[in-house]
Amino acid sequence: MESFSRLTGRAAPLRAANVDTDIIFPARFLLITSKRGLGRYAFYEWRYGPDGKARPDFVLNRPEFEGAEILVAGDNFGCGSSREQAPWALRDLGVRCVISTSFGEIFFANCFKNGMLPVVVTPDQLQALMADAEAGSPIEVDLKAQEVRRRDGGFISFPVEPWRRDALLHGWDEIAIVLNQDGDAIAAFEQSQRAAKPWLYHGE
Amino acid sequence: MIWGYIIRRHPWGKLQLATPSSVLQVRVSAPDQTLYEKLWSSHVVRDYGDGAALVYIDRQLLHEVSSPQTFEGMRVSRRPVRRPATHLTVVDHAVPTRDRDKPIADPLAREQVSLLAANAQEFGLSHFSLKDPRQGIVHVIGPELGFTLPGMTLVCSDSHTSTHGAFGALAFGIGASESEAVLATQTLRQTRAKTMKVCITGRLSRGVGAKDLVLALIGRLGSAGAVGHAIEYAGEAVRRMSMEARMTLCNMSIEAGARTGLIAPDETTFAYLDGRPMAPKGELWKAALAHWRTLFSDPDAAFDKTVTLEASTLAPQATWGTSPDQTAPVNACTPDPASAETEADRRKIERALAYMGLAPRTPLSEVAIDNVFIGSCTNGRIEDLRAAAGLIKGRRIAPHVTAIAVPGSGQVKRQAEAEGLDLIFLDAGFQWRDAGCSLCVAMNNDRLPAGARCASTSNRNFEGRQGVGARTHLMSPISAAAAAIAGHIADPRDYL
Repeated sequence: MESFSRLTGRAAPLRAANVDTDIIFPARFLLITSKRGLGRYAFYEWRYGPDGKARPDFVLNRPEFEGAEILVAGDNFGCGSSREQAPWALRDLGVRCVISTSFGEIFFANCFKNGMLPVVVTPDQLQALMADAEAGSPIEVDLKAQEVRRRDGGFISFPVEPWRRDALLHGWDEIAIVLNQDGDAIAAFEQSQRAAKPWLYHGE
Repeated sequence: MIWGYIIRRHPWGKLQLATPSSVLQVRVSAPDQTLYEKLWSSHVVRDYGDGAALVYIDRQLLHEVSSPQTFEGMRVSRRPVRRPATHLTVVDHAVPTRDRDKPIADPLAREQVSLLAANAQEFGLSHFSLKDPRQGIVHVIGPELGFTLPGMTLVCSDSHTSTHGAFGALAFGIGASESEAVLATQTLRQTRAKTMKVCITGRLSRGVGAKDLVLALIGRLGSAGAVGHAIEYAGEAVRRMSMEARMTLCNMSIEAGARTGLIAPDETTFAYLDGRPMAPKGELWKAALAHWRTLFSDPDAAFDKTVTLEASTLAPQATWGTSPDQTAPVNACTPDPASAETEADRRKIERALAYMGLAPRTPLSEVAIDNVFIGSCTNGRIEDLRAAAGLIKGRRIAPHVTAIAVPGSGQVKRQAEAEGLDLIFLDAGFQWRDAGCSLCVAMNNDRLPAGARCASTSNRNFEGRQGVGARTHLMSPISAAAAAIAGHIADPRDYL
């Protein structure tokens, strides 16, 4: 898995609240069975008009935010569907970090599996970062220090669960780690559960 | 670790220290636990501290749309599926709901549907194809087959997996990568959720159902109001609900941001499960039942949050915006952004009304609709079809309305036909379709054109959810039926 430690750059401001994963990745493109090259479909209805032409007012179509690696987004970003195409598409666009006051929890978990960091800040902090983004002022995100740094020298600490942080910092293959470190514990759990709740193992 | 000992719960519900010595066997006076905490602690494989743990997953459902990349990951890493018997694969999202005798017209959907069959075969998993009589929406067939059982952990790469919490299972949606972890390890790393008790006192009045209740609740909590929480629904109104109604309630927990919804299993649950094809039988049933009877929140269990709703005060609901929390009683009006409390709220309301093509302070009963969809994992069960059919019987849908009824599963469809419901729908001018997600996700050929307005029993009114530029009003099956007859949003109580 891809690691994430620190990045600095311009952030794209996306003020709308409740940007759901249907907006991030419209359902009709879910028929594609690959996880690569999905960036072209990200925010499709917001990026392109019915004629297929780019909407110049949409933030990611503005030249100053092209290739932005940080997205500062309104409340409850990534709510709705579990589709991992949402982070795959954002990652393919170049986004590596999304900052908001809250996230849809499945989207939040999916980000970590794809080298992306979702950062939760308070509403006041979000307004400050939104202003930075709109002013084109660069933002630094440091996962190890769990800090977002602003150009004026101010910084914002953010929480991350240690197990998610460590996996992302090191780019660990979590499945391999679980199998290596916890394989015996899983087998022991199954043995005990099979004895206590045999109906869960019927026919196996 | 709660008690500092390793404690096992035996099938007969007694707590016992896991030591070889029977001398140490004691009844532990455990601190009162919520249902969620019982389910969580009985599935912890390894505790990482601070509420994080490796959690065992008992069952997984997989469908054609979210699984191709999951199986590809398994192939690339050359890992086997740890317990193939615990997974069930079924096609539901991209499948057509008519012309099932012909090949799927859309080549991408056709490929995706056949890819799931191939993947299931390669990895040795059960598969229900389009031709299988058990085919249907994952969250409808899991319960109706008895695949879903109380006390289990159950996941699916689908956000409406919270549906299964109606059985007292810890059920939640995951992503495709997590789904791969479950195939390979039968576990997930998770952080324990906070708990929220939603107590629904009193009784629902005539014409008001679980869908109205959950929409009103989401309206009150907000679409992110339950983020980080597992909701447990309790109270008289919940205890009186059928399993179908409980599933509707738990299904939409995710629309308030909750990680899952839960209802303690009771006699209604056990009666529903008894005799289901995959439910335990004989001695195993008895052992399971004894365990399931321990699955409730202890009387003094502490919840992080408690919310109380009085059922009798609720009216039928319809959403007016583009988020499920933008809801109002069917006899109310759209809001006025000018009276919003905050600037952010004002912007949200303005944006939603603009997309929906509605003016502020419009009575919902004046909003004309041109499409009706009855179905989905929220409201595509037999009881939903009975309720809608009961309202439309002997009536005709408005001439400008296109209405479809899509059973949630093949079994629901057969049951409905045995009861003659199909004829009631057809006589009223509805189309009677085959089972699938259909217009809830608009991934098959059931899609609405831009500007179309739909009274829908599904779960999301997001922009573009039923088709690019299409507008969705979420409501109950009888409210959708009433809208079909009236040609506009209507109060179903006027038709009962």
